[in-house]
Amino acid sequence: MNDLTAVAPRQNRFSWRALSPWVISAAVLLLLPVVFADNGTAFTLMNLIAINIVFALSYNMLLGQGGMLSFGHAVFYGLGSYGAMHAMNAIDEASYVGEGFWSHVPVVSMPLVGMIVGGLVALVIGWPFCRRAGTAFAMITLGLGEMVAAAGQMFPSIFGGEAGIYGNRTVGPQWFGLDMAHATGVYWFMAFWTFLAVLAIWAFTRTPLGRMSNAVRDNPDRLQFIGYPPRNIRFMVFIASGAFGGLAGGMAAVNYEIITPEALGLIPSGTVLLMTAVGGLGVFYGPIVGAVVVSLMNSMLSDYTDASILYVGLIFLAIVMFAPRGLGGGLEQVRVAAKDGSLVNRLPGWLSGALAVILISLGLILIIELLFQLLHGDDATTQFFGLEFKAVSIISWIWSLILFGAGVAVMRVTRKLREDNA
Amino acid sequence: MLEIVIFSTLNGILYGLLLFMLSSGLTLIFSMMGVLNFAHASFYMLGAYFAYTMGMEIGFWPALLLAPILVGGLGALVEKFGLRRVHENGHVAELLFTFGLAYVIDELVQLIWGTVAVAYREPDYMREPLFTLFGTDYSIFRGVVILIAVLMFIALWFLLKKTRVGMMIRAALTHGNMVGHLGHNVPRLFMGVFGFGCALAGLAGVIGGPLLATEPGMAVTLGPIVFVVVVVGGMGSLIGAFYASLLIGLLQTFFVAIDASIADILNAFGMNVDPYGEVTGITLASLAPMTPFILLVLILIFRPRGLMGELEP
Repeated sequence: MNDLTAVAPRQNRFSWRALSPWVISAAVLLLLPVVFADNGTAFTLMNLIAINIVFALSYNMLLGQGGMLSFGHAVFYGLGSYGAMHAMNAIDEASYVGEGFWSHVPVVSMPLVGMIVGGLVALVIGWPFCRRAGTAFAMITLGLGEMVAAAGQMFPSIFGGEAGIYGNRTVGPQWFGLDMAHATGVYWFMAFWTFLAVLAIWAFTRTPLGRMSNAVRDNPDRLQFIGYPPRNIRFMVFIASGAFGGLAGGMAAVNYEIITPEALGLIPSGTVLLMTAVGGLGVFYGPIVGAVVVSLMNSMLSDYTDASILYVGLIFLAIVMFAPRGLGGGLEQVRVAAKDGSLVNRLPGWLSGALAVILISLGLILIIELLFQLLHGDDATTQFFGLEFKAVSIISWIWSLILFGAGVAVMRVTRKLREDNA
Repeated sequence: MLEIVIFSTLNGILYGLLLFMLSSGLTLIFSMMGVLNFAHASFYMLGAYFAYTMGMEIGFWPALLLAPILVGGLGALVEKFGLRRVHENGHVAELLFTFGLAYVIDELVQLIWGTVAVAYREPDYMREPLFTLFGTDYSIFRGVVILIAVLMFIALWFLLKKTRVGMMIRAALTHGNMVGHLGHNVPRLFMGVFGFGCALAGLAGVIGGPLLATEPGMAVTLGPIVFVVVVVGGMGSLIGAFYASLLIGLLQTFFVAIDASIADILNAFGMNVDPYGEVTGITLASLAPMTPFILLVLILIFRPRGLMGELEP
């Protein structure tokens, strides 16, 4: 576990330097709609990424911070989403009649509803789960996910059966003049909640409970000796994580205006694990990087290849095997090196390593694409960065092997460069 | 009624034996290496697909032998070049690795054999009835499956209890370091056990493919149930896995077969509830896919070490 995680340095005093990431990300959030104005696809994608960022960060509270590997995190996301959707429908009805509690509640607050639902669900079911971390926790959350997903099909009045339930985000009172009928309105809603959630999750890591969750990850026995029952800490982290998972679900309810029982199942649970691990468990912003990369890959790669999911899986495997700190961990390494001035020494090793990785992956991609073509053979050639390759001709296969071999060769030759400075 | 009971029992045992074929390999791997192989059901799927492709060329019986060997070899390679590398990063990394592996294998299967079910069937002569009871046929193939499963358990028992390799495996389960100090090659033993477990899963795939369905979703449907079996039986206990397999097999089959709703049962006990209500109107058949997971949660709450486990996981 130790290699997967790194403890953030402690900072007690206020400093402008510590504030700068937040100012920069707020500025980016403000600038994005200007850059992508009138680009509907970009807005759809940004909203998706925003939801995934919160979802992945909430998951990392469990896995990265608390050391609890869960295969059922989508339960909180899905149930939070259902809660928000039912609340949205309640607003719809109440504002039609014009009275009642729900007629005063704006749709903007739906993520809060999701958060409450997610937290409550975790509170109710979490206690028996948190006895142990590790494999037992992984298995019981897997069982929970499967059970809730199956139950989702069984109670149509709550979950809407196969078709799910849908709502309308333009109902109820408007706050801050936010008109949810337009893409920009939804974007501001997303940006606001994402920023707030990221800030809150970051703040959580600085609380005593957040610190204790790191301790329960690293050495639960010692924690027990000091007088903190690990189970209590795990339980509290579980609730917090479930609450933020529900918040992501609430955002999703407003964004998609439809939710089906599939959102509770193993597939979204697996995706969030994928995003978090690709981004890196040990760094706070790792899951953010992972959410952005995996969301982009999932939605854009399928335009270019039929094997897009395979590539996501392969990247995941490669990261688990060769770079257990993930993409975020890599960025952090570069940042630390730049800070202490050793970047110049390390750069040749890293750059040659990156070159090797690029060559190997190009070779692998070519092999997979050629294989795909050979098996399905829709058209005789494969488009590969503008070049055309024929699966039937031996030359294409030789090319792929050359690329792959060159990558391995570069890796071997330059190994010394990286080891010297490690 | 008797007809339902007899056939459900037979089918439940059949399903249970199939589950045990999968869970025995998983249990062996877990108790030896401490890693719960998430991709185990994917190897089961590979077994079915390999047997389908080979069966078209060389027939069912040779495929029954060759496909598991091929799957086992693949498993050994995965252990040697993948899992061993990840091992030093701890159990979570290992779980993540096998999870990613399952993901990749599922995708590869879809890439190679397509996203719809393939027509993998048992040979024609095995579809003849073995015996007929109450006008319902019980096919030869089902009998053969039970026979293969039982033979496999005897072979497994013999291997573990009566051979030198079995002795080394049993010793390495509890005293891995000591076995290493005595001069045995423990990493190679690990590789062998991992490959053997995968081969068992492959064998289950060869006979489970025609029985259930050979489609890309077969790993995802059966995988979680196999984990439930391992946890319910007690992590690392072969006997426990055997009982749990049969228990879940029978439970699921009987739930499917009994045509009653929750209200019917409650009303039979004198309670007066609405037979068409949302909760009370649920039939036991529709609860069947949930039963393993309900059992899992109950076991983990009330008896966390499982039916036969010695240690809490």
